[in-house]
Amino acid sequence: MAGLDPAIRNSARSLDARIKSGHDKGGEWSRRPVEGIGRWLLAADVPEVQAVTEGSTAATVVEIRDLSLVFQTGDGPVAALADIDLAIGRGEFVSFIGPSGCGKTTLLRVIADLEQPTGGTIVVNGVSPNEARLARAYGYVFQAPALYPWRNVARNVTLPLEIIGFDPGLRAARAAKYLAMVGLEGFERKFPWQLSGGMQQRVSIARALGFEPDLLLMDEPFGALDEITRDRLNEQLLRLHEATGKTVVFVTHSIAEAVFLSSRIVVMSPRPGRIVETIDSDLARGRTLDARESPRFLDIAHKVRAALRAGHSYDD
Amino acid sequence: MTTKSLVAGRALPLATVLLFVGVLWYLGAIFLNAPRVREQLDRGPQAWTTADLIAGTWSMERPVLPTPDQVLAEFWKTTAGTKIASKRNLLYHAWITASATGLGFILGGLLGIGLAVGIVHVRTLDRSLMPWIIASQTIPILAIGPMIIIVLGNIGVTGVIPKAIISGYLSFFPVTIGMVKGLRSPDPLQLDLMRTYNASASQVFRKLRWPSSMPFLFASLKVSVAISLIGAIVGELPSGATAGLGARLLSGSYYGQTIQIWSALLMAALLGMAMVYGVGGIERIALRRMGTRP
Repeated sequence: MAGLDPAIRNSARSLDARIKSGHDKGGEWSRRPVEGIGRWLLAADVPEVQAVTEGSTAATVVEIRDLSLVFQTGDGPVAALADIDLAIGRGEFVSFIGPSGCGKTTLLRVIADLEQPTGGTIVVNGVSPNEARLARAYGYVFQAPALYPWRNVARNVTLPLEIIGFDPGLRAARAAKYLAMVGLEGFERKFPWQLSGGMQQRVSIARALGFEPDLLLMDEPFGALDEITRDRLNEQLLRLHEATGKTVVFVTHSIAEAVFLSSRIVVMSPRPGRIVETIDSDLARGRTLDARESPRFLDIAHKVRAALRAGHSYDD
Repeated sequence: MTTKSLVAGRALPLATVLLFVGVLWYLGAIFLNAPRVREQLDRGPQAWTTADLIAGTWSMERPVLPTPDQVLAEFWKTTAGTKIASKRNLLYHAWITASATGLGFILGGLLGIGLAVGIVHVRTLDRSLMPWIIASQTIPILAIGPMIIIVLGNIGVTGVIPKAIISGYLSFFPVTIGMVKGLRSPDPLQLDLMRTYNASASQVFRKLRWPSSMPFLFASLKVSVAISLIGAIVGELPSGATAGLGARLLSGSYYGQTIQIWSALLMAALLGMAMVYGVGGIERIALRRMGTRP
């Protein structure tokens, strides 16, 4: 928050205050996240965005050529990925969408060096995925929050910072900054079991942001949440992406989520997992959930659905 | 205390069980002690009644089965009724055994944790160690106990150490089994998370595996502390020890002092309970500090 123009900060505060007063009776749960949006808007941390763009030497963050992955199982080899060609540019928000078993999570795990491809090449940040992982090039958000139950919220967020070796003062500052960004200030001392599923997932997002990687890999982060919570977190994630300029690779099986969030949608199909089509999504910056009722949105969603059908995703 | 709280609480069920056991015990004493009492009464000049027989079975000097009141009276006499430093005081013997148990528990716990850490982290140990560990537990401790005492005695190690070693030999096993499971209990996502941070093996151990294993550790330690006590008592039996609950049991059986044996057993049971509850208390404090859901 430091270094922000006081005028912006005040206007954001009063926005928060107005939102709050409108939701007086809503209680902690319904009020917090809305407040969070205000915070994320406020987190349009101008100097930081500049630092990110200045630091970017290569325009391509992930480059995949002719990649394949075959799992050896008891029932014989299973082709999880085949003929994958994909380039993801800096600052893009790319979604992988497809039915269960299409390899979208596996592809994300290959980028993260959590799975090893059996053919083809992949480059992350100009180096191999392994070197990128060793350099802590990305933050990974799993389908489940995967919080450590014996650590309170703040200490869950500082976990990667402890491992990387940040000094304690900076750790605390980062935890405070990113918990505020996901609308969870005041929850530092709570333990995971005291939070709802949506709040836990926001803690895990703050944890992935804490060491400020340029690349964010998200594996169905909102898949286990109810639709209302998911909508809200979608909007917050979009604000975050717009504010920080991070590259996001996002796995989902929701067409609406993919179209709403992405600058590019990669449609995949199963057996073997492959890319059917890549669809650009050019909805306006700063869009809200209302954008989902616009003709442009419906048009893109239709294209995604058509691509899924072309990939036989709707076959029995 | 109202009737309702008696029914709802633990007092009533506990009292019912106690009453039931007590009745069975007194009946058992009549049944088991009757033959010898009848013999004695037959030798006497007067005719005797069933009441005389029952009274006789409940007040023998060396009964086959002493009654609870005889055991409690002996227990009271040898704890509160005797000087604490005296060799006749049961608390003194309990202390001797407890110190060997404590030392053996610590040895066994450390060995158990050490083996588990090795098994979880070193593939060779994972494959080679477990059969030996299991084999070690199939050897009857009564057979190997005297040998440990004699071997260590020959190299000049006597006193509490040999007993603690026998105790530790028994008690490391549940800790190893529990901790291997506990150190492997983190779920794949939690481990993947550490991998994305490029965490070292020691960081994964300190920040994930060790805290994850705490519930397993304490469950194992409760089993282990009870076994440690058995190990310490067994260690006292062949060593010709003059002190300790094991020595009390042995001398009681030499001289047919069944009441002394039972009161030593009672003391051992109370000691075991105290130790298991002690571990449980530490567990509660540790888990509360780890923020576990109450």
